[in-house]
Amino acid sequence: MSPLAQILIGVGAISAITTLLAIIMVIADATIGNYGSVQIRINKEKDITVEGGRTLLSALMDEKIFIPSACGGRGSCGLCKVKVTSEIGEHLPTELPWLSDDERKENVRLSCQLKIKKDAAIQIPEELFNVKEFECEVKSIVDLTHDIKEITLRLKEPAQMKYKAGQFVQFEVPEYELTSEPVYRAYSISSQPSRTDEIELEIRLVPSGICTTYVFEHLKVGDTVTINGPYGHFYLQDTDARIIFVAGGSGNAPIKSILHDMLEKDIQREAVYFFGARSKCDLFLIDEMREMEKKLPNFKYVPTLSQPQPEDNWEGDVGRVTDAIERNIDSGENTEAYLCGSPGMIESVVDVLKKKGIPEDKIYYDKFA
Amino acid sequence: MSEGLAFYAIFFAAIFTNNILLTNYLGMCSFLAVSREVDTSMGLGWAVVFVMTATSALNWLAYHYILVPFDLTYLRFVVFIVIIAAFVQIVEMIIERVSDKLYIALGIFLPLITVNCAILGVSLFMVIREYTFINSIFFGLGSGIGWMVAIIAMAGIRQKMARSRVPRALVGAGIALIIAGIMALAFMGFSGMIKIT
Repeated sequence: MSPLAQILIGVGAISAITTLLAIIMVIADATIGNYGSVQIRINKEKDITVEGGRTLLSALMDEKIFIPSACGGRGSCGLCKVKVTSEIGEHLPTELPWLSDDERKENVRLSCQLKIKKDAAIQIPEELFNVKEFECEVKSIVDLTHDIKEITLRLKEPAQMKYKAGQFVQFEVPEYELTSEPVYRAYSISSQPSRTDEIELEIRLVPSGICTTYVFEHLKVGDTVTINGPYGHFYLQDTDARIIFVAGGSGNAPIKSILHDMLEKDIQREAVYFFGARSKCDLFLIDEMREMEKKLPNFKYVPTLSQPQPEDNWEGDVGRVTDAIERNIDSGENTEAYLCGSPGMIESVVDVLKKKGIPEDKIYYDKFA
Repeated sequence: MSEGLAFYAIFFAAIFTNNILLTNYLGMCSFLAVSREVDTSMGLGWAVVFVMTATSALNWLAYHYILVPFDLTYLRFVVFIVIIAAFVQIVEMIIERVSDKLYIALGIFLPLITVNCAILGVSLFMVIREYTFINSIFFGLGSGIGWMVAIIAMAGIRQKMARSRVPRALVGAGIALIIAGIMALAFMGFSGMIKIT
């Protein structure tokens, strides 16, 4: 047999076998594997229609609902947990290693393993429901102090963000000289939710920090940046307790957002805001806060300087923010506290607040590492 | 070479003296990944038994009725893999459709073993050793059971070991490979009983 004939027979045979098997697979897929379209009801409010027989994770992802998953759906990271509230069958053996007894009882499932074959109802944390990726244009960059900038981003795609005052977003830093791959840093939103088409961040320069260096030295008005969010449980609880806000530096951002939100919703709870800074040149938005005191009669702004300079002519509180709390708060009865700042500051403030009698579960903060 | 061997000899040899996992070290990836709990490894073991038996039969037919007559035996690698993959996929679809219970017990493991090299290894050994059709089926069955025995033993050991203090550098796959090596040594004790190479 000539070599050519041999090659042709080989190619022909392989093609014939694979084609035959492919045809069988296609037929099987269209008959045995066809579950039609099914409906998934999310958090009792949103219905999505997806193709049946797929995993819950990929179905949700196609609908732009991002469930965290690190392994790409192979069932080896255990992150993509979702609570299923409708009857959907037993747990699969591949899910069980990742679920605690409580989660098994509550019918929490690994969404990458669970295939949706009939209509289902699921419950996911509200914040995941809203987490999206946003493309934005830098609208303005303003110096608040010598080392804090206020960045305003106009949302382009999607054009609106729904979030609660106090939540944060992740800022994507593209690759540049300090990083060879995109990195993400979390920043609290300082604007209030009613400004749906733009968000404002307060970013403080961290010497040789990857993100802050990028923002301070490379970012220009008109640039396009990508953020994702919103995230976090740091928002005003719906109670009538007295509020203590404590912040330092760019930790002002979520508090500012919450205060504007209170103003717009006419929440007249008693509130006091301790803001810690080193000297007068680290203070910012004082006029705005004084204005806020006029509009919210029960609100008081207490900036405190740890090292006031002679030229500051400072007549306000002196000392660290913990000293100011010590002096100004008598008892922690019926009080909630909202903190934002460095881990060290949060730790010492929590100690003081506990001493004042505020239970730990009434002290709220987001841990930024 | 296989003329003198009865199917039961091949069957037992495939389980003990020529255990596909412990003497050929095939099918290691799923062996290491899914051997944390006895229950789960049992499920995977049964799936391997089923797929090995069925694909050795299918591949035997494809080899002897398609590849040999056209003198295409050099294509066996490709053809075997494609047939195994298609077979596993279709079986998975059927199980998923027919029974939730069976799917939980067996079907969930099928995608894991589509590319399990032990499955392909069985098909290749069977044509290299020139087994008959019946012998091939029993070779596949025996190899599957041998693989299942090995993974269940491994899972049992790892479950017991959960409370032992393993040196930090060896936690996970490291210690599992050492255990597999010691198990292989133990299985060497069977060699000489029956010989099937």
